[in-house]
Amino acid sequence: MGPVSGPVIDLGTARLHVVTGKGGVGKSVVAGALALCLARGGRRVLLVELEGRQGIATLFDIEPLPYTEQHVATAAGGGEVIALAVDAEEALLDYLETFYNLRRAGAALRRIGAIDFATTVAPGLRDVLLTGKTCEAVRRRTEAGFDFDAVVLDAPPTGRITQVLNVNAEVAGLARVGPIRNQADSVMDVLTSPQTMVHLVTLLEEMPVVETAEAVVSLRAASLPTGAVIVNKVREDPLSTDDWARLAGVDPQAVATALLAARVVATPDRAHRFATSLLAEGGRAEQRAALAVQQRAAVSAIGLPVIELPLLTGGVELSGLYALARALAGQVLR
Amino acid sequence: MQAPSPAAVAPLTENPPLDLAALLADRGVSILVCTGAGGVGKTTTAAALGVHAAQTGRQVCVMTIDPARRLAQSLGLTELDNEPRTVRRAAQLADDASDGAGTGRLDAMMLDMKRTFDEFVLLHAPAERARTILDNPFYQALSTSFAGTQEYMAMEKLGQLHATTQADGTWDLLIVDTPPARSALDFLDAPRRLGSFLDSRLMRLLTTPAKLGGRAATRVLAAGVGAFGGALTRVLGSSLLADIAVFVTALDSVFGGFQQRAEATFSLLQQPSTRFLVIAAPERDPLREAGYFIERLQRDGMPLAGLVLNRVVRPEPAELSAEVSIAGAEHLEQSPAGPADGVDRLVGGLLRGHADLMRTRARQAAVTTLLTGAHPEVPVAEVPALAGDVHDLPGLRAVARALTATGGPSA
Repeated sequence: MGPVSGPVIDLGTARLHVVTGKGGVGKSVVAGALALCLARGGRRVLLVELEGRQGIATLFDIEPLPYTEQHVATAAGGGEVIALAVDAEEALLDYLETFYNLRRAGAALRRIGAIDFATTVAPGLRDVLLTGKTCEAVRRRTEAGFDFDAVVLDAPPTGRITQVLNVNAEVAGLARVGPIRNQADSVMDVLTSPQTMVHLVTLLEEMPVVETAEAVVSLRAASLPTGAVIVNKVREDPLSTDDWARLAGVDPQAVATALLAARVVATPDRAHRFATSLLAEGGRAEQRAALAVQQRAAVSAIGLPVIELPLLTGGVELSGLYALARALAGQVLR
Repeated sequence: MQAPSPAAVAPLTENPPLDLAALLADRGVSILVCTGAGGVGKTTTAAALGVHAAQTGRQVCVMTIDPARRLAQSLGLTELDNEPRTVRRAAQLADDASDGAGTGRLDAMMLDMKRTFDEFVLLHAPAERARTILDNPFYQALSTSFAGTQEYMAMEKLGQLHATTQADGTWDLLIVDTPPARSALDFLDAPRRLGSFLDSRLMRLLTTPAKLGGRAATRVLAAGVGAFGGALTRVLGSSLLADIAVFVTALDSVFGGFQQRAEATFSLLQQPSTRFLVIAAPERDPLREAGYFIERLQRDGMPLAGLVLNRVVRPEPAELSAEVSIAGAEHLEQSPAGPADGVDRLVGGLLRGHADLMRTRARQAAVTTLLTGAHPEVPVAEVPALAGDVHDLPGLRAVARALTATGGPSA
């Protein structure tokens, strides 16, 4: 990737990396690549998925994840990525057991609909449970220190991210005092501390960039620490913006001649038709490139460190994920 | 914005083409629901279909939920106001003479879920009781942020608009853009989930003691529901329980049967006058989401019109392969004495750009076939990738032309 504006981000200053982005920008792929990047050189990284449809399993090409922490990949230099698909109901039963020794009340609570209430209907409770489980992993210690060197959270999309992370405000309507409020406070202690960074994934397209800028404003208003803007699927253009513009003045006949010389086509007729089509395609590429320039400026105006990841024309298979992890590693400190 | 070039390019799939122009012209269709994963252009598609339908003489209302600001502006929506507004009369919509121009109309509204819920309460409850409900902290949380409330209220609003349509013919086509959700299935499931919660044993258990009032209520509640009542009190805290109890008591006598109501609107979606469009982009995850939804519609006997595939890449010339393009580019780049004006280098760039598009096209075809191969009967409309964003009526008209180009004589 080309040089990127703005300061280089030091990911090592945080232990919880929250990854959000508008639908369709490849947020989960970036979260997976970030976990691999952070695990390079022998570190232990936990990748957490919330309310997902087994996106991590698809990404790493493995069986659906149970509700346990499970090794999913080995990073360059011997690091390890461990994954966890947090399930709200399991998290609730965990919570009841840890804090109230009440796991056995689960069946009774389910019968009267209390489990459904807490895990699917009431968003505040649901989010406290889900982020609570993540924050527990961030804090967890073994004799040797923290259990995980870093935790990467594949979080809900930008449209809801502040609401989901700002659990305090969310449960305020439900619980002004009491145990839920206490749990929410302890989650907020982690989320608003310098050990957390919220990274925003975008494309060089208008709607995702606008949404990213809006999310940054709302995250800041809620005192949630922002990290980098990660621009995904950046097209490696075969020509510069100037070159695309110069193509407008090129005679189709000259293009046809070049196509014949390069043995792309055999007959002048066909060469001419190909030349016209290719120039039209070039015109669209120029438009896209010009929009990308505009959007790149809009991204840098957001004022956060910017990381760019290449478009993988072959799709993101497991090897692509490692390629993105390398691209990340080349643009950050950790 | 490029107009799509006529079908020189073979479609991505062998599924039958989806004729959206015919669907929009079908007077037997009065509700069109657009669903799909986030980020696939659902709202833009719904708006563009509305533009086309109004241009061809229909009285259309597009109901959107949380559209991007500039798209909302293109529809004349500057704020959430929950009431349908006329965007354009047909005369202003048409950029050419269309059938029925002059009689069509496009209205649009943005759903405000809290206001819809408030109106629902005010409509059904006596003034004093309505006040109790609206002031209740638990109601305020429920009406602004509960999972399922947005879908429940979208269904409720759809039911209202449909009733208006039936009563006075204000509209003859409602186009619904479904709420952004973690899953497209939420639009179908969330209202019933919320309904079943509001009608659940939990809620009924909470109701009884509240009639005794105050702090005693919580104690009686705990005793009344036994061990798990104790658990509830410890986990939720007594003040939340008291709020819920007051809320449920006030609500219970007013509505009865949230579940029933959710079922009623749900059955509206099963009528033959309703059609579902599943919107996707030719990428793995949105297509997987589309697959879940298609299977679900089929299982529930809901009328699926077809799949709209946005952002389809159409490289031209289609018969020039990526391999030949790359070989040609290398040849030109290595030519020892390229012309001074550098045409060879530029043509090399064109060929490399074309090779990228051909490879993208091949991947799009491969992932699309995973879905269409499993559902070969589902009609598909393919919409070419646009070079830019859509944020005005001419942009929506261009999308509408692309949407309705499939299925016509040219395909």
